[in-house]
Amino acid sequence: MDNLLSIITFIPMVAAGILALFLRGDDAAAKLNAKWLALIATSATFFVSLFLIFQFDPADTGFQFVEERDWMFGLSYKMGVDGISVLFVMLTTFMMPLVIAASWHVDLRVKEYMIAFLMLETLMLGVFMALDLVLFYLFFEAGLIPMFLIIGIWGGKARVYAAFKFFLYTFLGSVLMLVAMIGMYVDAGTTDVVSLLSHEFATETFSVAGIHIVGGLQTLLWLAFFASFAVKMPMWPVHTWLPDAHVQAPTAGSVVLAAILLKMGGYGFLRFSLPMFPVASDIMAPFVLWISAIAIVYTSLVALAQEDMKKLIAYSSVAHMGYVTMGIFAANQQGIDGAIFQMLSHGFISGALFLCVGVIYDRMHTRDIDAYGGLVNRMPAYALIFMLFTMANVGLPGTSGFVGEFLTLMGVFQVNTWVAMFATSGVILSAAYALWLYRRVVMGDLIKESLKSITDMDTREKWIFTPLVVMTLLLGVYPALVIDIIGPTVSALIDGRTVALADFAATTQIAAGGH
Amino acid sequence: MISDLTTLMPEILLAVYAMAALIFAVYTTKDALAPLLVWVTAAVFTVVAFWIMASGGGSAGGFDGMFIDDSFSRFAKVMILLSAAAILLLSKDYMLARDLLRFEYPVLIVLAVVGMMIMVSAGDLMTLYMGLELQSLSLYVVAALRRDSVKSTEAGLKYFVLGALSSGLLLYGASLTYGFSGTTQFSGIIQTATAGDIPLGLLIGLVFLCAGLAFKVSAAPFHMWTPDVYEGSPTPITAFFATAPKVAAMALFARLLHDAFGEAVADWQQILAFLAVLSMFLGAIAAIGQRDIKRLMAYSSIAHMGFALVGLSAGTAQGVESMLIYMAIYVTMNIGTFAFILSMERDGRHITDISSLNMLSKNEPGKALAMLVLLFSLAGVPPLLGFFGKYGVLLAAVDAGLGWLAVAGAVASVIGAFYYLRIVFYMYFGDPEERLIDGKMSPVHFVFLMGSAAAMVLGIVNLFGLESVAAVAAATLVN
Repeated sequence: MDNLLSIITFIPMVAAGILALFLRGDDAAAKLNAKWLALIATSATFFVSLFLIFQFDPADTGFQFVEERDWMFGLSYKMGVDGISVLFVMLTTFMMPLVIAASWHVDLRVKEYMIAFLMLETLMLGVFMALDLVLFYLFFEAGLIPMFLIIGIWGGKARVYAAFKFFLYTFLGSVLMLVAMIGMYVDAGTTDVVSLLSHEFATETFSVAGIHIVGGLQTLLWLAFFASFAVKMPMWPVHTWLPDAHVQAPTAGSVVLAAILLKMGGYGFLRFSLPMFPVASDIMAPFVLWISAIAIVYTSLVALAQEDMKKLIAYSSVAHMGYVTMGIFAANQQGIDGAIFQMLSHGFISGALFLCVGVIYDRMHTRDIDAYGGLVNRMPAYALIFMLFTMANVGLPGTSGFVGEFLTLMGVFQVNTWVAMFATSGVILSAAYALWLYRRVVMGDLIKESLKSITDMDTREKWIFTPLVVMTLLLGVYPALVIDIIGPTVSALIDGRTVALADFAATTQIAAGGH
Repeated sequence: MISDLTTLMPEILLAVYAMAALIFAVYTTKDALAPLLVWVTAAVFTVVAFWIMASGGGSAGGFDGMFIDDSFSRFAKVMILLSAAAILLLSKDYMLARDLLRFEYPVLIVLAVVGMMIMVSAGDLMTLYMGLELQSLSLYVVAALRRDSVKSTEAGLKYFVLGALSSGLLLYGASLTYGFSGTTQFSGIIQTATAGDIPLGLLIGLVFLCAGLAFKVSAAPFHMWTPDVYEGSPTPITAFFATAPKVAAMALFARLLHDAFGEAVADWQQILAFLAVLSMFLGAIAAIGQRDIKRLMAYSSIAHMGFALVGLSAGTAQGVESMLIYMAIYVTMNIGTFAFILSMERDGRHITDISSLNMLSKNEPGKALAMLVLLFSLAGVPPLLGFFGKYGVLLAAVDAGLGWLAVAGAVASVIGAFYYLRIVFYMYFGDPEERLIDGKMSPVHFVFLMGSAAAMVLGIVNLFGLESVAAVAAATLVN
C-alpha cells in the first residue's frame, strides 16, 4: 500500500469522472444511480481510510505514508500524514457518506450535484495530506470552485450574492498566502513542507516606509498566511461571509462547510504558521488571543439575536472556532490538543446541527425559528437527537464539545488569564442561545396549523445521525482516542517552538548587549 | 548568402505561398476557392510549425546578425503558427455563414504571420520595424474585413490610426537609439547601453521603443484601441488579434529588451513593472462593467498581458521562461474561449451579450462545463493551468526582488476573478426558463473548445513538457 494516501484522495475524483462521462439521462433511474454511485464511492473512501488509521503509528512524530513524485516548476507531488493531519483525513472521509446520504431528496441536477461533492472531497483530502506548499495551495484553492457552484446552483434565494462573497473573500485571503509561499520558496529554495519545517526564516527587524517590522520576514509571512487562514476559519472580524454562505447553501453544503472546510484554517495554522514562523507566532499571539476572545463573546451575542436557524448555528460556529484559534496560539500541550479536539468535535456537532435544521427544512421549507414550536409533540426522536447536539454544542460534560472547550480554556488560562476569563463567559452565552433555540423550536405546545401534520424522522435520517451520536458521546467520555494520536506530534511541535524561541531570545540578547 | 537564406527559409516559403495563393485565386475562381484556401493555409502553417520544431537546436544569425534564428524565436514561431492555424480553422464556418470569407483573408493572415515571424527573429531595429509593419498592415485590413459594417470599418480605421501613431513612437525611439549608439543592430546597441551609465538619449529612445511595443501588446496605458477593435472586428479576427500577434509582440519585446538592452535591466525594469501593474488593474477593473463578451475578452487580454509583463520585468532567464509559458497557456485558453464565442448565435445571428448565456448549463452541460474550466483557468484559480501561468510569473518577480509587484498581481487577479465568475453565474445560476442561444456548434469549434478545456485540466500533470523547452528558449535569450 505505497500509494494509500493517493488512493484515498482520488477515489472520489474517479467516481466523479465516471459520473460525468458515463451517466446519461435525466430520469429517476439515472438520478438514483448517481446517488448510489456517490454513496458507494464515499463509503469506499471511508473504508480504505480505516487502513490508514489502523496502520498509523502515533509514537512517530514525523510524516508517515509519504509519497513523492517530481512535478513541474521544481515542485513535487508529495503527500503524507502526521498526528495532526491524520484525524482530519478521517473526519473528512467519515462525514462525506453522511453528507451524500443526507442529500437523498435532492432533485435538481443530481448528477452535477454529486460530481461537485465528490470533487470537493478529493480536494479537501488533498489539503490535509499535501506536503508541498504549492500542492497544498492547489487543493486549498481548488475547493472554492465546487463550493462556489454548490452554493450558487443549489442554494437558497440570495445564493448568488452568497456564492460571490464566499469566493472573492476566500480568494483574496489566499492569493496573499500564495505570494508568501513564493517568498518562502525564494528564501528557502524549496517548497517541501518537511524541509521548510526545519528551515529558519529570518527574524531580524527591518523597516519598510518607516514602519519597524518586529520579527522581520517571519512576521510578514505570518501575516500573509494569517490573511488566508483567518478568513477560512473564520475569525472575527472577517467572518461575515460565513453566515451568508451557510444560510444560502443547501443542507449538505452547510454540513461540509461547517464540518470540514472551516477546519482547513485551523489546520493551516498548525501546519504552517506555528511551526514555520515560531517567532512571529509568539509576537502575534496576544493579538490572536484577544480577537479570539472578542469573537467568542461577540458572535455569541449576535447568535442570540438571530431569527434564522442556520444563521444562528453559523454564528455559533464562529464562536467555537474562536476557541480553536485561542487554543492554537496559547501554544501549549492542552491548548493545541484542545484546539484539534475542538475542531474534530465541532465537525461532528455542527454537522449534525445543520442536518437537524435540514430535517425540518425538508418538511416545512423554512428556516425561520418563529415558524416552529412544539415539535416534540409530533417528532419525539427528532427532539431527542436535536437535544443531544444542542447540549454538545453548549459543551455539556459527557459530550465531545466539553472536552475541546475545557482543554483550550485550560491552555489559555496558563498564558493569559484575562482572555480565558472573557472566553469562559462565552460558554454561558452559548448555553443561552442554544437552549433558547431549542426551547423555541422543540418545546411548548404545538399550536401552529402548518406543523400539525409534520412527520418524525424516517429510518434513513435516523441512520445518518447514528454515527454522529456515537462519535459525539464516545469522544465525550473517552477523549484519549483522539489525544493519544495527536499528543506526541503536538508535543514535538511545541518542543520545536520552544527551541526556536530560545534561539531568538538569545540572539536578541546578544544584539542588545552589543550596543 | 546561401546560409543567410537557409535561416530565413520558413519565412520565404510562407511568403512565396502567399503570393502563389493570391495569384492562383485571382486567376481562377476567386472567393469560391476561399474555404479550400483556408484549409490549405492551416495545413501549411501546421507543417511549417512542425518543420521548425524538428529543425533542431543551435543559434544562427543571418544577414550579418539582422535576422536571428535561435530556440527562442523557434518557440515563439511555433506558437504563432499553430495558433494562427487554429484560428483559421475556427473562422471558416463563421465567415462562410456571414458571406465574409474572401480569398484575401487567408492570404492576409499568411502575410501577417510572416511579419510576426520576422519580428521574433529580429536582430536589428530595421528588421524589427519591417516585420512589425508587415504584420500591422495586414491586420489593419482584416480588422475592416466586413466592409458594409460601420463598426468593422471604424475598428479598422481606429486600429490603423493608433497603430500608425505607435509605429511613429517606435521609429522615433529607434532613431534616438541609432543616434546615441551609432548602430541599429542589437548586438551593437548592447555595447553602448551598459548598466549605470546609459546615455540619456538612449534611455529616451528605450522609453519610446517600449511605448511603441506596449501599443502592440495592448498594455495599459496604451490599450485604448483594444476594446473597440475587438468589438468591431468580425469575431474570428478578434480571436486572431487576441492570440498570435500578442505572442509575437511579447516575444519581440523580450528580444529587444534582452538582446539590445540586456545590460541595463534596472533601467527598463521599472517601465515594465509600471506597465504591468497598470494593465493588470485596468484589465481587471474596467472589465467589470462590460456586458459584451468581446469587449470583456479585450480587457481580459489587457490584464493577461500585464501578467506576462510581470514575468518579463523580472529581467531574468526565469522571467522570460515564465513569460513564454504564460503566453502559451494564454493562447490555448483564448482559442478555446473564442471557439465557444464564435458559436454563440441565435437564429443565425451572432450574439455577444453575456446575459444570453443564461442557463447554458441546463441545455448544453458539456459545453458549459468546458467553458467553466476555461473561465476559472483564465481567472487563475488552481488547479487549472491558468494558475500555473500566474504562479510562474509571480515566482520570477519575487525571485528578482519585485515582491510588491507580485502582491499587486495577486490582488488584481482577485478583482479580475469577479467578471469571469459572472459569466459562470449566467451559465449556471440563472433562471431556468429562458433559452437565448441555439447552442449548436460546428464540430471544429467543439473540438477546439473541448481540447482547450481538457488541456487546462490535463496540463497540470507535467505542463506537456513545455517547461524544459521554454527554459532552453529563455536561456538562449538571456545569458
